[in-house]
Amino acid sequence: MPAMADETLFQLLHTQVVAAAYGAGRGSGDEGLRAGLTVLEGMGFRVGQGLAERLPQGALAFREELDTIKFLCRDLWGAVFGKQTDNLRTNHQGTYILQDNNFPFLTQMAWGQQYLEEAPKFLAFTCGLLRGTLSSLGIESSVTASVTSLPA
Amino acid sequence: MAVCIAVIAKENYPLYIRSIPAEQELKFHYTVHTSLDVVDEKVSAMGKALVDQRELYLGLLYPTEDYKVSLLSRLGIPCVKSMFPNQLHRYGYVTNSKVKFVMVVDSSNTALRDNEIRSMFRKLHNSYTDVMCNPFYNPGDRIHSRAFDNMVTSMMVQVC
Repeated sequence: MPAMADETLFQLLHTQVVAAAYGAGRGSGDEGLRAGLTVLEGMGFRVGQGLAERLPQGALAFREELDTIKFLCRDLWGAVFGKQTDNLRTNHQGTYILQDNNFPFLTQMAWGQQYLEEAPKFLAFTCGLLRGTLSSLGIESSVTASVTSLPA
Repeated sequence: MAVCIAVIAKENYPLYIRSIPAEQELKFHYTVHTSLDVVDEKVSAMGKALVDQRELYLGLLYPTEDYKVSLLSRLGIPCVKSMFPNQLHRYGYVTNSKVKFVMVVDSSNTALRDNEIRSMFRKLHNSYTDVMCNPFYNPGDRIHSRAFDNMVTSMMVQVC
């Protein structure tokens, strides 16, 4: 039976991980920003690999790419954030857009454009997570995230 | 009655091989490697087949027979008395991340039912998932986990 506090704990932990990646004198300029993002993305990658083993337990083999992406949208998002993505778009040539209107890591931030530059730090881990899961399931990919307005 | 259990990575190199008796490990390396071809064949066949074959469990790959010949020389007459067909069955299982498990069983005593094989593979898959989630394990390394070893030993010993 799933514990009730799982998502909150994960959000708090994630906030601290982001802070730790940028603290300890990693530098505040562009260099430091990039280093922090790489670290977070790498962490997400490894976690994604483990999740890709554990989550599809008992699920049938994925027939095609779209199946895998749908699994991401439903099961992965459900397991990590407690909800599913709101929208999935594709151009059928290898590009997929997953849209989430209430992204859990960003809902706690202030309304408006104030912290828009800070948002990428909170998305790096998730990007890595997706990339790790996909690569473990056999799809090499590059994941980018974009935020239009907070809360996203 | 597992005689050999192997875990093979996506790129077809072995992550883990254990066999009983331990001296015949090289032979099992070859056996498992040849089974990979059959596994690939089944996986690609599934890709074109219909929906109802989406199982991860691949089933019996193919049986081989090792003949052992013994000479009864009690009477000074060499006679080829009994050929023991040691039926070695191989079973395969592929995970969603294209990691393959191959199990070689000796079916000369009790014929293991399909369900038992499936449950053995499920245990293998669970243990492998645990190994994967270990943050100190780098995907692609050989598996040295003691828990995994113990689980495999329990599966191999239960019949011998």
